[in-house]
Amino acid sequence: MTAYLIRRALYALPLLLGVNVLTFVLFFVVNSPDDMARMHLGQKHVTQEAIAKWKHERGYDLPQLWNGEAEGVGKLTETIFYQKSVGLFLFRFGRSDSGRDIGADIAQRAWPSLAFAVPALIFGLLVHIILAVGLVFFRLTYLEFWGVAACVALLSISSLFYIIGGQYLLGKLLLLVPISGYDGGWNAVKFLILPVLISVVAGIGPGVRWYRTLFLEEVERDYVRTARAKGLSETRVLFTHVLRNALIPILTGVVVILPALFIGSLITESFFAIPGLGSYTIDAIGQQDFAIVRAMVFLGSALYILGLVLTDISYTLADPRVRLN
Amino acid sequence: MLTLFWTDALFLLLLAMLGALIWQTRSHEHLRRPWRKVARSRSAMISAVILIAYLLIAVLDSIHFLPRDGEGGAQFKTEPASVLDWCLMPLRTRVEKTYSAPLATQGYARETLREADGGTRWDYPRLKHGGAHLKDPERAWLGDVLRTGFKGAAGGFGLGAMFGLGAVALIARMRGLPFSLVGGEVLSGQSEIPWRAMLGTVIALCVVGGVLGELALKYHVFGTDKVGEDVLYQALKSIRTGILIGTLTTFVTLPLSLLLGILAGYFRGWVDDVIQYVYTTLNSIPGVLLIAAVILLTQVYMAKHEEEFASLALRADLRLLFLCLILGITSWTGLCRLLRAETLKLREMEYVQAAQALGVRQGTILLRHILPNVFHIVLISVALDFSSLVLAEAVLSYVNIGVDPTTDSWGNMINSARLEMAREPPVWWSLTAAFAFMFALVLAANLFADAVRDAFDPRRAD
Repeated sequence: MTAYLIRRALYALPLLLGVNVLTFVLFFVVNSPDDMARMHLGQKHVTQEAIAKWKHERGYDLPQLWNGEAEGVGKLTETIFYQKSVGLFLFRFGRSDSGRDIGADIAQRAWPSLAFAVPALIFGLLVHIILAVGLVFFRLTYLEFWGVAACVALLSISSLFYIIGGQYLLGKLLLLVPISGYDGGWNAVKFLILPVLISVVAGIGPGVRWYRTLFLEEVERDYVRTARAKGLSETRVLFTHVLRNALIPILTGVVVILPALFIGSLITESFFAIPGLGSYTIDAIGQQDFAIVRAMVFLGSALYILGLVLTDISYTLADPRVRLN
Repeated sequence: MLTLFWTDALFLLLLAMLGALIWQTRSHEHLRRPWRKVARSRSAMISAVILIAYLLIAVLDSIHFLPRDGEGGAQFKTEPASVLDWCLMPLRTRVEKTYSAPLATQGYARETLREADGGTRWDYPRLKHGGAHLKDPERAWLGDVLRTGFKGAAGGFGLGAMFGLGAVALIARMRGLPFSLVGGEVLSGQSEIPWRAMLGTVIALCVVGGVLGELALKYHVFGTDKVGEDVLYQALKSIRTGILIGTLTTFVTLPLSLLLGILAGYFRGWVDDVIQYVYTTLNSIPGVLLIAAVILLTQVYMAKHEEEFASLALRADLRLLFLCLILGITSWTGLCRLLRAETLKLREMEYVQAAQALGVRQGTILLRHILPNVFHIVLISVALDFSSLVLAEAVLSYVNIGVDPTTDSWGNMINSARLEMAREPPVWWSLTAAFAFMFALVLAANLFADAVRDAFDPRRAD
């Protein structure tokens, strides 16, 4: 197990390096720092000095890969690639183009993000799995037919409609919850109810349909027939036998959801003005702050790779037959 | 004068390829069999009719030309218009001052009106075009709307019924049966292909189209937006954007995933390692961020080369193309993984080993033995991805990394609706129109894709 983990960690390194090189190429080679400076300072009436000053303040005036003028190790370290990209490996994110400390911003903004994403994931899983088991329990009835039809209809609706509709209905018409905003500590709960609820409802279509397929595959297995033949009730069969065995694909599904959750909260957070990482990224995209976007790309990839390793570990916990080696 | 945009040309090329594929399928029995299963599914065929209707509008909107300037002049205008623009001329030109509710005859907000006797009045202004033919809108409005709607419905029904009769006559002729027999079969719903449901959908679409068309000549059916543009017109124009994003993306995903997936699965070893490394790396970058990065870079590039993108429409078109490109780059990995797994399985099959033993060249084995046998996966995946791409466009436009803000798209409509819903009274019609048009397309695409998956997936075969 330990050896496996070490190997996986080593495997993650080239992946992260790949991500790093890709972002470096996108942000510094395809578009030179000069272009970025012009983007910020305006296209037409900008002097070469102003561009040089902008670049120097942000450390973009170094050579890209090899600094011939520096001494010794400086030939490698006094470059944009080393300063801006390698530092990411040690989670040193540096300063944003507007001069803020990205690392501190991330540390502070991760909490509101988690406060939304974790309950959304847990409640989502619970509700969707229960509904899916319900559909399987009533299989080959009209209830199942219309349930599945409703799922297809729900998944054909853009997530934006759920958000706008939910805000309008619950926030503006019924005045049950604040439309958007955030507060520290336990006061945050009041602001989080609506986004969590909307994310659970918006996920019903794809979620329930997916879990239902998983359960249906298990329901036709021999061991389920044996369990029924022993005289166990349908509820018992579904909840102890089928659910337990469908847990493994569900775990994969959760990891598939994890990066999507990051993206989902990107939208949701900025809609509900939750000061998390998602809205941070959206703001950065809006302000064309390349340093923050670069940092978030790296962080996102690192978290995804971590998610892959965690799935493997969770396999061994959920299914004793799986051994990591 | 015909001027095709890049996206136009690619879209028409894609349709031509689709046509060739259908032609190819027609002449091979084993290729036709799964499609016959799709054709027997009622929901799939109803969806197909709706999809074809959307596709027709998209095609009409993808043939651009430079309209002549003024009456009979030899000069051309600088901004191209599409055939759809030309058809919808009355909708396009009848612009109000600002918001107005669906079918309204008066504006959305009060303003100071100048009376005939020189005094002023604080009231809702009459619209310039919406219901302008009514003398006394308060009394005549409802009757006129109902009358116009009924006229449109009747016209649409007539047209649809005529189409239905024509279709039945055609089927009867092709099968060599008398018209009355085929007609009875279709009417009672006993035909093998669900003609009754399909023709019913055609008639329903004609009726809806007739009602909308008749009303749109006199009113703004879905109201007008902030600058007074007709929302129905925007929603119709958005169809092209949605369909293009859903289809043009395949130009990137298919070559990449087919080539890399099959190579990785067939050759294994270091080829497999490299390809797996590439797609895991791409996969690990959150899609939205990659898209954001590339769109930002496109903007920088366009700002730098301003002179090359003189026309506003050209810029918007290029941004749409780039969006398709980058959506393709972020979404080919899933299909590639599936194809790799399937090829790994296929290469161990006897017929592939026999081909190898007979000394068939590697390239020929890949093209003739592997490729045709993974094609059902490609088809299922393309069908399933279409709807998610249409939905993705809306989300991306919200983050301002979608299509150009000047392009008509459902995403841009929803984006502006966010602020409109906060107004008092809320401006709900843009959102509703975008919702209705998008929902119909995505639902139809989902149902059709489900049927395609059921028919082509061997694990689901009965």
